[in-house]
Amino acid sequence: MKHDLLGLENLSAEQIKHILDTAATMKEIVLSNNKKTPHLQGRTVVNLFYENSTRTRLSFELAAKYMSANAANISSSGSSVAKGETLVDTAETINAMGTDILVMRHSMSGAPHMISKLVDASVINAGDGMHEHPTQALLDMLTMIEHKGHIEGLKVAIIGDVYHSRVVRSNIYGLTKLGADVTVGGPSTLMPVDIAKMGVKAYDNVHEAIVDADVVMGLRIQLERQKKGLFPSIREYFRFFGVDEARLSLAKPDAIVMHPGPVNRGVELSTAVIDGDRSVITNQVTSGVAVRMAVMYLLSRGGF
Amino acid sequence: MKILIKNGHVIDPANGIDEITDIFIDNGEISEVGVDPDLNGVEMEVIDASGKIVAPGLVDMHVHLREPGQEYKEDIETGTRAAVYGGVTSVACMPNTSPVCDNEAVVTYIKSRAAEVGYANVYPIGAVSKGQEGKYLAEIGEMAFAGAVAVSDDGHPVENSGLMRRAIEYSEMFDVVVISHCEDMALGEGDMNEGAVATELGLRGISRAAEEVMVARDAIVAEAIGGRVHIAHISTKGSVDIIRRAKARGVRITCETCPHYFALTEDACRGYNTNAKMNPPLRTAEDVEAIKEGLKDGTIDCIVTDHAPHHPDEKECEFGLAKNGIIGLETSLGLGIKCLVKTGVLTMSQLIEKMSLNPSRILGISKGTLSAKHAADIVIFDPDKPWTVDISKLHSKGKNSPYDGFELYGKPEYVIVGGEIVINQGELMK
Repeated sequence: MKHDLLGLENLSAEQIKHILDTAATMKEIVLSNNKKTPHLQGRTVVNLFYENSTRTRLSFELAAKYMSANAANISSSGSSVAKGETLVDTAETINAMGTDILVMRHSMSGAPHMISKLVDASVINAGDGMHEHPTQALLDMLTMIEHKGHIEGLKVAIIGDVYHSRVVRSNIYGLTKLGADVTVGGPSTLMPVDIAKMGVKAYDNVHEAIVDADVVMGLRIQLERQKKGLFPSIREYFRFFGVDEARLSLAKPDAIVMHPGPVNRGVELSTAVIDGDRSVITNQVTSGVAVRMAVMYLLSRGGF
Repeated sequence: MKILIKNGHVIDPANGIDEITDIFIDNGEISEVGVDPDLNGVEMEVIDASGKIVAPGLVDMHVHLREPGQEYKEDIETGTRAAVYGGVTSVACMPNTSPVCDNEAVVTYIKSRAAEVGYANVYPIGAVSKGQEGKYLAEIGEMAFAGAVAVSDDGHPVENSGLMRRAIEYSEMFDVVVISHCEDMALGEGDMNEGAVATELGLRGISRAAEEVMVARDAIVAEAIGGRVHIAHISTKGSVDIIRRAKARGVRITCETCPHYFALTEDACRGYNTNAKMNPPLRTAEDVEAIKEGLKDGTIDCIVTDHAPHHPDEKECEFGLAKNGIIGLETSLGLGIKCLVKTGVLTMSQLIEKMSLNPSRILGISKGTLSAKHAADIVIFDPDKPWTVDISKLHSKGKNSPYDGFELYGKPEYVIVGGEIVINQGELMK
């Protein structure tokens, strides 16, 4: 039976911890001078990205290469996708070339779930629409553990465009399973209905969301949302919902600041906060490679 | 051909009949309903309907037959074949074909194709606006003369309230009803019902308000001008409330719902099941209860399928890209019995009324009755006999049904259209 990583919704706390423990070991390799292991020797990893991506795609590619896998990338422009091929046909084609692990990013929620039923390759969801982005949440949790020592009991405040965010949904599943207390904050027009039913507290007042937080995470604001009338202007967004040093001072004194990237400086977070000494955004990126190495390694060895 | 249906439990809401009796059919028409007609020596087919319900054939006033133009999804022959397997002897077909049924020629084409290849009676519905574009009235009078029984821009709302007003006023002259697909597009942009499930699945939610503001608008427009409107496929508690209150004020408003709005909830979308994607979307348990209440108290006049066949390629894809809609002609009676009659929401007679008599009255067609001298359209089924849905065995070209594996009741055993036995012991005769 093949194994996939489609989301954190259906993983147990133990499985998540197992991935994070493995990732901690992998991180030593990423930070070493000899970034080559035989873990995926002879295996083929294909990155199929239907959305633009720099860090996630490169992160998966490097993770595969560090473990000696054959790695290839396909993006929607410049491929048969641009010729109108359906996702099903593209995925089956890639599968037929001996792919062991198919890493997939797609703008439609549920796309990797559909594909996983059709292909033999293990499918890793690298972000599906507004649904999940499990490796992002795992790398966020690995980073939190490095800085805080644990997840249980942490207060994590996630601020920004909650409605469209796959990062927030995966983080909610992962963090609540490991015992963190999650709050989300942002304008009500970017807050999905019934988000509280996922086990979080939701605020349209950023102050209330941030108070006493151990971790403050900004979420990317897609600037085109403004055109759809979800908020009036970037200026007004930052004034009421952006995390600057004053708002950050409401969090615990040793709180860390995170962001999945890419950051809009002066929108989600002020430049001073991004470049400040509490920011761990760069370390998140390093954790990302380690987490993806761990996930691919475990999938190739029978799952989590 | 002469047919005697013996010892059946005859249900004919039009004539208040709900008893064990016989029906005699002669020359395509109902000749007599009553025990022991004097038929000594008459040569005829005898159907023993002991233990079965004998009812007027079902009338489904909201069906997409896809012909002309989208025959890869369905055509008049396959669609009406699926209909008779489901006990549906008359269908009214929506005009969102290609070309759009917005003129006399297309209405005439559909009627002539139906006469040639159809298994059931087909009543075309014309478009409200030219090209269903919501700008200019279509030639409603000419379409009515050619046989259109209603007008609708179904699939698209009539967004312009002024056009809706004119459509209601104009259609009344030709005695055809306007069927309104209620959706405020700006509120309705999404993939499924707005709520906890959409939030979890990361799918864009469609607010109930998208449907309800247009139901309210149509009720208000109809009331203001004293006109008549029929609301298509209502799905929410709020729509039921709005229509209930409008009816109480005497507004000339009728409405329909579909089996999926009382049989399923938004939970069916989990796992990105594209066969649970439809418009209006599946709602919540609270809405399902309100729909049942509306059926029970008469707020909701009819049950229709919104039979919307699609090609597998249009459903086996990303949820966000999948087409809206499901097939329904072969499962509507079974779902009605299972979810409404077996649960005590409706009596069998009320179910038949909502699936046969009421739609006939709204469309002004002489169906849905077992009165003498009416065309003999009849369905015979055993409401206690279970059957299991196997979508691969359904007869529509589309296999997009969420009911695979459902245990339902009352698969039609005999279906008679115009005095001819079309389904005999569950098998197609021609």
